[in-house]
Order: sequence, then structure tokens, then C-alpha cells
Amino acid sequence: MEWEAVIGLEVHVQLSTRSKLFSGTSTAFGADPNTQANIYDLAMPGTLPVLNSEALRMAVRFGLAIDAEIGRHSIFDRKNYFYPDLPKGYQTSQLDYPIVGRGSIVINLEDGSEKRIGVTRAHMEEDAGKSLHEEFADGTGIDLNRAGTPLLEIVSDPDLRSAREAVAYLKKMHSIVRYLDISDGDMSQGSMRCDANVSIRRPGAELGTRTEIKNVNSFRFVEKAINFEIRRQQDVLEDGGRIVQETRLYDSVRDETRPMRGKEVANDYRYFPEPDLLPVEIGEDLIEQIRAELPELPDTRKRRFEVEYGLSAYDAGVLTATREMADYFERVAKQCGDAKLAANWVSVELQALLNRENLDMAASPVSADSLADLISRIRDKTISGKIAKTVFEQLAAGSENVDEIIERQGLRQVTDEGEIEKLVDRVIAENAAQAQQFRDGKQQVLGYLVGQAMKFSSGKANPAQVNQLLRDKLKP
Amino acid sequence: MLNLTVTELSAELSRGAISSVELTRACLDRIGALNPQFNSFITICEESALAAADAADVARADGDERPLLGIPLAHKDIFCTRGIRTTCGSRMLQDFQPPYDATVVEKLQQAGTVMLGKTNMDEFAMGSSNETSFFGKVGNPFDTGRVPGGSSGGSAAAVAAGLCPMATGTDTGGSIRQPASFCGITGFKPSYGRVSRWGMIAFASSLDQAGTLTRSAADAALMMQAMAGLDPRDSTSVDRPVEDYTGELGSSLAGLRVGVPRPHFAKGLSPGVEKGVRAALAELERAGASLIDIDLPNNHLSVPAYYVVAPAEASANLSRYDGVRYGYRCEDPADLEDLYTRTRSEGFGDEVKRRILVGTYALSAGYYDAYYRKAQRIRRLIRQDFISAFEQVDVIAGPTSPHVAFPHGAKADPVEMYLEDIFTIAVNLAGLPGISIPAGFEEGMPFGLQIIGPDFGEARILNVAHQFQQLTDWHKRLPVSTAGES
Repeated sequence: MEWEAVIGLEVHVQLSTRSKLFSGTSTAFGADPNTQANIYDLAMPGTLPVLNSEALRMAVRFGLAIDAEIGRHSIFDRKNYFYPDLPKGYQTSQLDYPIVGRGSIVINLEDGSEKRIGVTRAHMEEDAGKSLHEEFADGTGIDLNRAGTPLLEIVSDPDLRSAREAVAYLKKMHSIVRYLDISDGDMSQGSMRCDANVSIRRPGAELGTRTEIKNVNSFRFVEKAINFEIRRQQDVLEDGGRIVQETRLYDSVRDETRPMRGKEVANDYRYFPEPDLLPVEIGEDLIEQIRAELPELPDTRKRRFEVEYGLSAYDAGVLTATREMADYFERVAKQCGDAKLAANWVSVELQALLNRENLDMAASPVSADSLADLISRIRDKTISGKIAKTVFEQLAAGSENVDEIIERQGLRQVTDEGEIEKLVDRVIAENAAQAQQFRDGKQQVLGYLVGQAMKFSSGKANPAQVNQLLRDKLKP
Repeated sequence: MLNLTVTELSAELSRGAISSVELTRACLDRIGALNPQFNSFITICEESALAAADAADVARADGDERPLLGIPLAHKDIFCTRGIRTTCGSRMLQDFQPPYDATVVEKLQQAGTVMLGKTNMDEFAMGSSNETSFFGKVGNPFDTGRVPGGSSGGSAAAVAAGLCPMATGTDTGGSIRQPASFCGITGFKPSYGRVSRWGMIAFASSLDQAGTLTRSAADAALMMQAMAGLDPRDSTSVDRPVEDYTGELGSSLAGLRVGVPRPHFAKGLSPGVEKGVRAALAELERAGASLIDIDLPNNHLSVPAYYVVAPAEASANLSRYDGVRYGYRCEDPADLEDLYTRTRSEGFGDEVKRRILVGTYALSAGYYDAYYRKAQRIRRLIRQDFISAFEQVDVIAGPTSPHVAFPHGAKADPVEMYLEDIFTIAVNLAGLPGISIPAGFEEGMPFGLQIIGPDFGEARILNVAHQFQQLTDWHKRLPVSTAGES
């Protein structure tokens, strides 16, 4: 009998404000330990929080982007627990009145279909510092640079049914926060973190007992951790056991999840409203102002690409996955005037290059303008599609100007009738047997003869012209 | 000179009869002579005080006429002072030197005052007798065998004993008004949000408010003028104009409606205090006010509600004292758990631990609704009682405390101690301004009349208090221990 997985994700997104959620300290990544911690971040006595209004606007921007209710009267709470990298002994978070209420996002699955996933809520909270256990021989180091960095914790409904759906959700989340410019969403640096709640059940049955997997820091690990956990739960249930509700950690080295020690989870956080901050009242004016500033979001842009550029749903989905790629594509398409060629070059050649070099779109060695020039040269028949790939490789290697590359290396396509005729005559002369076969009706030999012509011309002859002339000359 | 009010000293300085250095020197001498007896000060800042006094004299010679220029004062040791240790009366912060000034400290410094030192207090402001201080108990200047009240007991005793003409305090449940009552001086607690809490070490954030301890309401007005105002660093400070407190002192009391809360005259009030307070109310009546009996139906719930809300907030506010970044740390901790346990067991006194435990319990899963949520509901009812009352009256007046100062060690039972604040606590829960002014003596010990105003009615209650002090001389009666010196 089949099992069905039921998955919900809690995603922590680090908001890309210049300063911390409740203090003026910089949030820049990579500074020396404890150089970005002021007296509030250190929880010195008598210091008080002041809410960063930019973080608030970013949270509202996110809420509007997922069509969520915005908390008009949002309240911060203290979440109490002791840990050395939590200076105040409580984390300022939101419990009952989050800034963002119920909303939803649409995920794109690999078969091209879409699925709407509910978002339960999203709330603002401050990050903790870092405990450095490995760097010190006989102790633990505390780095409070990260303490107080603004986070948006986004909780999904348990609407996801497989690890792949979970990854598609995360990727969409990543795309949305980057489109909104509220986070860099970089999982490797912890700007986007994910906890997964996983349970399994027989289709149609009541929800099973869930476990929570913490500490998953890449798309790939999310998929692996959830798949491991689903298999583990199946094994337990099929052996007649039962699932214990617990928090588990994913170990990427051993590719398994393990229960956290009891002590690390048995916390009563004793939430209560933060008396140092007033409730945040959000008026219609502010909401409308933020709504007016919203950029075009991935789903809208995808639909527009389908209509405006005649792209397939799949291509439009790939090209709008990130704002950078969509921007790049549009620039190329507009400048070269051929959206389908542009889509092809961006999603195939350029993407392959970026994957190979492990680069972001922003760091692409081939600029959108260069790629547009290249495609224009294909369209005006200056070069063939094949030669274009050679030129593209040279652009990737650092050359800048398409026309210069073509001229310098003599890559311009040969279209002169006289030149082509000479070439064709040479091919016929040197391949008399094959030429005779074609005359005798063996059509498939033509490809060989065209290939010879291309070879003699170092790929520069216009293949269509060669083809036509060969046919003319070998007419029976 | 040491028995003069700030208003009088300001005039003396202005006409050049004395210099700030002379005045400051006299205060320091007196502190040197009498502090061993009262234990009012935890830290004395002789050198910086004389330097500040000198600077004030120079400024005055240049024509600077600010009213508080060159006036010495003491800060309750709950206000952070840059580079000067700030202990909050606790072993936990025994050697803590903040790298910043509290807003209150900064503002009074900008007003030209001279800081003499930091005054003793109940540990983390938790207490009503100043007996929980790690730095020892404080003697009441009227009888050193008795308590000065708390938690601002050091400030109250210092002002009463003439060690300084004015001092800051904080009031979470009566911590300015009750010691003022016990020490025969004027103690003023503004509305919540009127004075910045930035740099003031938190006990219960939604109740804590800074205020003044002085020898007259007019002096309180002068201090408040310098202290009040919006502070962008404190999100709970209010953005509304500061009234002209001194300018409004002279208004007549004719037509003033004074609410007299029946619950404040119920059993438990000592006969001498009741008689004196009724006489004081009669004095207001003679000045043109009318007395109107009012009910505050939920007043009896204020102490229990307070002892849930305040400890709950305190339990979180005091979590930062963990031995990791600053403050007391136990010797050779074996591991993290040991570091936390011993640092906090050794660094905090019994009353602080008791309140952390009570607060932690009140917020725990399964108890939150029964305690914290219910207490917050009661708090709203208490505030509503006052709002309703202020529809009929302009101010509310009654006793500050049920009796006069008691001997050291007399209240060993914590609950008995908590009941000390039965008349003052509701004012904090409602966020209102209140003042205690001397209104008489019983057994040779002073007691106060409390006047409560509506939200941001600071100017109004200062005016009523000042008018009362124009008609009476209770506030001029000095303790025997200091009388005769000048």
C-alpha cells in the first residue's frame, strides 16, 4: 500500500537591511568577530530596542507579494531561553500577532504543472549570535555580529507532498525574496534557512505524527533530508513501530537525520508581549505605498513572457526563476529582436556556461549586450549558428566585442556565389564516387558532401547555399 | 545652606551669595560626615563633582542662568553613568562600569547639575524598605533604626538628611512615593512614557518610570522640566509637548475637584496617618477645592496583579545577567550549566531570586492564562477605574502608605512587605502620575499625602502639591539628626 508524505516548511529569511532589527549596528557579513555589536546587541543593562522601519517595510512587501493579510496591529513577544549567543536571554519575536497573516504561493513542478501552497504566517524576529565550538581548544567562542539581524520566519501549511515539492517551494521562496530585493536568499551563508516538518500517512487517512528536521542548509540537502526521513518513517511504521514527535538534525555527511538530545528541545519559551516595544500599527496608506512599489513578481512575469514573447510555459518558467535571468533575457530579446533565439541562448548556452563556472547571473562573463550582438549576427547571416558557439566561447573567455572576434578570426560566413561555386566544384571533384551515388538517387549522400564543403571552408560557408548549389550541379 | 530647597539655592547661586563649588564642597563634607550613619551612597564622586561645580561657576560668570546650573544632585544607582560604576544595588553589577549615560543622567547634566554620586537602593529596585541592597541597609534620617522605604531609599534619605538638595529615583510600584513619605520629603512619579527609560536598568519595563526626590513640589517641577521629553531611543517614551511645570505652580485651587478613594481609608490604615491625611484634605478644601468620595472597585486586586506582571517582566529582564559578557561571574565554572547556576545563585540576593522564580512560574506553559493573562486583564480594569474616576474629579488624593516607617527587620514576611505598596501600585499599573508630599507626623515619623493625576497631568498635580506646600510647613520639618546645621 502507498504512503503519502505530508510536509510543511519553516523558512527563515535574513532581511537585507543595512542595520539590525532593533539597533543601528551594521549587518554586513564577514566582519571580525564582535566588531558589529553595540551596547544593545550586547544586552547591556538599560538599553532598549527601536524597531528598524526598513525591516518592517520589507516584511510588508513580502506579505503583499504572497497576497497575505497584513497584521494591522502586530505585536512583538519575548521568547525566553538561556544560551550564550543569545545576549538578552530572550529572543524578540512575534507569537500571536505576526506582521504577515495567511497567504499563498504557487510552485512550479518539473512536469510544468503548478500547485498552490498555503502560507500560514510570517513573522519578524531577531537572529542569535554564533557559538564557535571548533575554533577554541578549551572553550566556546561567541560572535555577536549576527545577533539582532532581522529575520522573517515564513511558515507554510502542510500542503507539500514530496521532497521535490518542498524544494520547488523553497526555490520559489528564494525567487520571491530576491525579486522583492528583501534578502539575498543565500543558503550557504545562512541568509535562508529551512526547518521541515515531515509526517506520512495512508492517502486520505488522518495526519500522522510529525518530526521536525532542523539545520538544513541547501536545496539538495532539503531534498535528501526529507527523502531520508520519509523512508525512515515508512520503515518504522511498516515494522509495526510508531513515530515519536521530536526534533531531528540532518547530517549531510552521513545523509541521515538523528534525534536532537532531549535537553536541547525541552524548552518552555514562556512567551509574553515585549514591553519595551509598542504594538506596530500599520495604516492603509503605508500598505498602499508599499504595494505601489512592488516589482513585477515571477508568476506575473512568467505569464507575460508567454504572451509577449510567445515562449512555452516551460521556457518562461526557467527564464523567470530569478529576477536576474529574467532581466538578462529581456535585454537580449529586445536588443536582438528574436525572443525565441534569445530564450534558447540564455536558457541553454548561457546557463550551461554559468553552471560549468559555478557563477551567478550577475557575474556572467558574457554581457546581455554581447549576447544580443551575437544573435543579431546569426540573424543577419554574418555567421552561422555553429560559428556563433565558437564566438560565444570567446566571449566567455573574456573577449568583448562580437564583430571584432568575427573579423579578427575571419569567421564571417562565406555567401559569395563565386566562392561557394569554387568550393562545390572542389567537393564534387574530390568525391566523384559519392557525387555519382547522389546522381543515382542516393539522397542521403548529400549530407556528407555538404559536410565536406563546410570542412574545406572551416565552417564558414553558408550551408544553405552549399546545399542548394550541390543539388543544382548534381541534377541528373 | 544644606537645608535650602533647589529653588532657594538657585536664587543664592544666581545672586552670587554662594558658588557651586562651595555648595558642592559642603554637600561632600556632609556626605563624608553622615553617610556612614545613613549608608545613602554606594559611590561618591568627589573629584568629578568638584570639577563639574567649577565648570558651572565659570558658566555662571559667563552669564549662564539655567535654573539647575551648579545644583548638586545624586542619582539612584539604577541609572547608568558613563565610566562610573552602576550597581543597581546588586552583587551582580558590583563592578559594572557602563560605557554610556542614561538619558536622565545626560539631560540633567545638560541642565548644568553636579553629580555627587550614586545612591543606595533595593537590589534591582525590588523592595519597599531598602533592606535588600547588596550594599547594606539605609537608615531613616528621622530614626536610623527605621527603614527609609524603598526601593529609592538611598535617594530619599540623602535628600531628607541634607546630603544633597535633590535626587533621582525610579518608581515601579511606589519606589519613589513610599520612601518620600517615610523620609518626609516630596517624591514625584510622572506618567509612564513621560521620562525616557533609556539607560535606566530595567526591573519591570511596563511599570518602571523615573522621577524625582526633592524637598518641595516646586523643586520637582524644576527637575522634571529638565528630565521630561521624547527620547527616540525609548520606543515607549511619548511624543507630546512637555508642559511648563514651574509656570503652572501658581494656579489657584478654587473649584478643584479632589477625589477621595474610599478603599484608601479602609482597615489597615494607622489612626495617626488617617487623621493627618484627612486634615490635609481639609486644608485643600479650605483652599477652595471640593472633596468627592470615589470608588476604585478593583483597587484590592492591584497588589496581586502587580506581583504577577512585575516579576514576569523581571524574570526576562534579568536573564541577561548570565556571567557571559559583563558583571559577576562565578569562579571556575565546570560547564555552561554550572556557569549559569552559580553566577546567578551567587550574584542575586534572595528577594531578586524569589521574584525571578515567581515570574518564571507565572509565564510557564499551563499557568500563563491563570496568572499573566488574568493579571493583564485586571490591569486594564484598574486603569478603567481611574479613567472613570477622572470623569468626575481633577485629582485623586489619599495616604501614600498605610503607616510611617517601620524598624529594620520588622517585615520578614515577603507578602507583608508587598502589602506596603497597596496605595501606590495601582498608579503604576494604570501608568498615571503621582506625587507624595509631607502631610504630618506620627510617633515623630513623617508620612505623606499622595496626589494622583490623570494621564500626563503632571503640571496639575505639581500645582496642587505646591499650593498645599504654600499653606503648610510639613515639608520644612527636618530630621532631628540634621536640624540646626546649615
